[in-house]
Amino acid sequence: MTHDPPSTPPPVRTIWNRVLCVAVLLAGSGVPLQAGAGDGRIVIRYWEKWTGFEADAMRSVVDDFNASQGRIFVEYSSVSQIDRRLMLATAGGVPPDVAGIWAANLPVYAENNALTPLDGPARERGIHRGAYIPVFWDMCHYRGHLWALPATPASVALIYNKKMFREAGLDPERPPRSIAELEAFNGKLTRRSASGRLQTIGHLPEEPGWWNALWGFWFGGKLLEGDSRVTADSPENLAAYRWVQSYPERFGAENLLAMRDGFGNFASPQNPFFNGRVAMILQGNWIHNFIRNYAPPDFEWGVAAFPSSDPSNPQAVSIVECDILVIPTGAKHPGEAFEFIAYVNTRAPMEKLCLLQQKFSPLRECGPEFFQGHPNPHIRTFLDLAKGPGARTAPAVTTWNEFKSDMGNAVSRIWAGKAPAQDALGDVQKRQQKNLDRRIERWRRIAPAHTKSWREQ
Amino acid sequence: MTKRDRHNLLTGLLFISPWAVGFLAFCAYPLAGSLYFSLCDYSALSPAVFIGGQNYRDLATDGVFWTALYNTLFFAAFAIPLGLVVALGLAVLLNFNVRGRGLFRTIIFLPSLVPMVCLAVLWQWMLNGELGLVNTVLNPVLGVINGILGTDWPAPNWLADARFAKWGIIFTVLWGAGNAVVIFLAGLQDVPRHLYESADIDGANFLQKTIHITLPIISPVIYFNMIMGLIGSLQVFAVPFVMTGGGDGPERSLLFLATYLYQNAFDYWNMGYACAIGVILFLVILLLTLAACKLSERHVFYAGK
Repeated sequence: MTHDPPSTPPPVRTIWNRVLCVAVLLAGSGVPLQAGAGDGRIVIRYWEKWTGFEADAMRSVVDDFNASQGRIFVEYSSVSQIDRRLMLATAGGVPPDVAGIWAANLPVYAENNALTPLDGPARERGIHRGAYIPVFWDMCHYRGHLWALPATPASVALIYNKKMFREAGLDPERPPRSIAELEAFNGKLTRRSASGRLQTIGHLPEEPGWWNALWGFWFGGKLLEGDSRVTADSPENLAAYRWVQSYPERFGAENLLAMRDGFGNFASPQNPFFNGRVAMILQGNWIHNFIRNYAPPDFEWGVAAFPSSDPSNPQAVSIVECDILVIPTGAKHPGEAFEFIAYVNTRAPMEKLCLLQQKFSPLRECGPEFFQGHPNPHIRTFLDLAKGPGARTAPAVTTWNEFKSDMGNAVSRIWAGKAPAQDALGDVQKRQQKNLDRRIERWRRIAPAHTKSWREQ
Repeated sequence: MTKRDRHNLLTGLLFISPWAVGFLAFCAYPLAGSLYFSLCDYSALSPAVFIGGQNYRDLATDGVFWTALYNTLFFAAFAIPLGLVVALGLAVLLNFNVRGRGLFRTIIFLPSLVPMVCLAVLWQWMLNGELGLVNTVLNPVLGVINGILGTDWPAPNWLADARFAKWGIIFTVLWGAGNAVVIFLAGLQDVPRHLYESADIDGANFLQKTIHITLPIISPVIYFNMIMGLIGSLQVFAVPFVMTGGGDGPERSLLFLATYLYQNAFDYWNMGYACAIGVILFLVILLLTLAACKLSERHVFYAGK
């Protein structure tokens, strides 16, 4: 009979040194890590872009999943700049098993073979389009394959300050129903000082200007025809950006610049919508949380579909967005990763997540208790906009980031009076068509290998 | 080679290996890789496809690239001389033997310890057209000028107006001139006293002594600061990137070559194109540095030569 020599405990100083090393490594990584299971379960790594209360909401759902079964443990990390980190981690062969990204970035990841197609696993589990609000299911597709499942969705609408409406002699329960009416309201809500400087304004397309590329939607336009023809300078888009151009023409570019320079950060009490300098803005369903945190306690707000140029058009137009869950190429545990994603996409966890993030659910079925307990009193309006036929998405192209940047620059030139809408959009059209042609050429070169591999997966 | 020589060689190689490995992995390979990928259609995740000089041909017709190049050269053309003049002027003042000299030196050097990102956020507010400290000071001055001239010049909306945005960045960067001041100060203290004493005997005034003694003697220091300024200015990135929230500024007035490179590599997935921009940036820096070297042969004085 042999005895193992009794193991000598390491000196206390050595233990502390080791602890210190690990702490330094973790602190240096900049990624807050959740401790692993340590009980033999398969650990999958999940990177999520959200921080703050939205990250906490997903953490709560992850905790529920970890407690609900004994085979898989999800190690959840809230990661900033996830698009770049995920790209580099995937290129380096060390991606997480699950990542939460924005749907607008799906085409570029999918086309570069950075994601695992989910058609097979979704079919096996009976996950299908009928279970979702169609626009969100469709956003998870690209080039005929399913690459993601939705996490939390959003739609945008006209948000307006009821108190300012009342003070201007407008009915606070009657928001504008056409662009012409919006401008009529704008005139009544705008106030100038004795020196002519703008004190308050009814509406500014540049405030906060997050969807500067997509104003054409409210004028019947779109930026892409099919998947290969850019239509930035279509007559509808021209009409939209002539409307944008009318602002510096009416109010004076210098005046608008000076006014906007006095606006505070979006997430602050100095946000011009919260402090009563801008009466109507285009914003998403998350605005409720910001109003609660930064607006005065007596702030009264209303929500309606942002008006279109054609009041006879019955479609209430809205831009919809979605954050999605994907499995990067090279993930160590794709099967287990999908099991987690599928869990999030069942009704109870999804409703919990959307309730905590103060959004609506992307699933078609939603219980009445979800709305009863929802903190956002206008959540049904946002949901209706997403379900409606006027729900629009950013073009699903790999060049979207450049396209958006070019459209932003076009608006900047129009706003400063440096170029009329026609010239500014003409430049975008030329540049982006060339850019898209180049990407299509790249796709032709890599398509055979990629599509074969996707079919096999 | 004897056994001892071989042993010495191996020992030497072993000693320099940390640097050599680092250099090969983090400098030589990326340099060579950038050169190769600049000739490829490459997105970092898909295999690189050789396309010859297509990226360079596209750059030649890319208006945004030329805007970024113009912005970068504009910034360098004004930031370098202004930086040198301000740093040298401050160093000359700090070299006077006055009470509290150490305190003044510390105050001037302190801003250069502020990280670039903090500097950018701080100046974002300093340059705010409505609420910023710069315009709070400027407005009364402009009021007097407008009163005298009968004009109506408003204070600029520094970062929101394309005409002034680059100047805003130039002033911001000047705030961190403390490093150059310290180097100038060291150079000034190395000027032999007896030269000033001789000039005093000859009746030279302060300006004459500065032009004929100080500047020639510290010309190698000016040259060093100029080269460092040249390289730093052409690679300007952090300050405009933070001040514009990662964007281009009004009408792309704050889009610099390094920012456009970054956007192409990480936002647009055009790594090959970004590498081509990197190669062009490298060539611009190389050519301007060589030109500065050539210029230095006539204008820089080395006492040892």
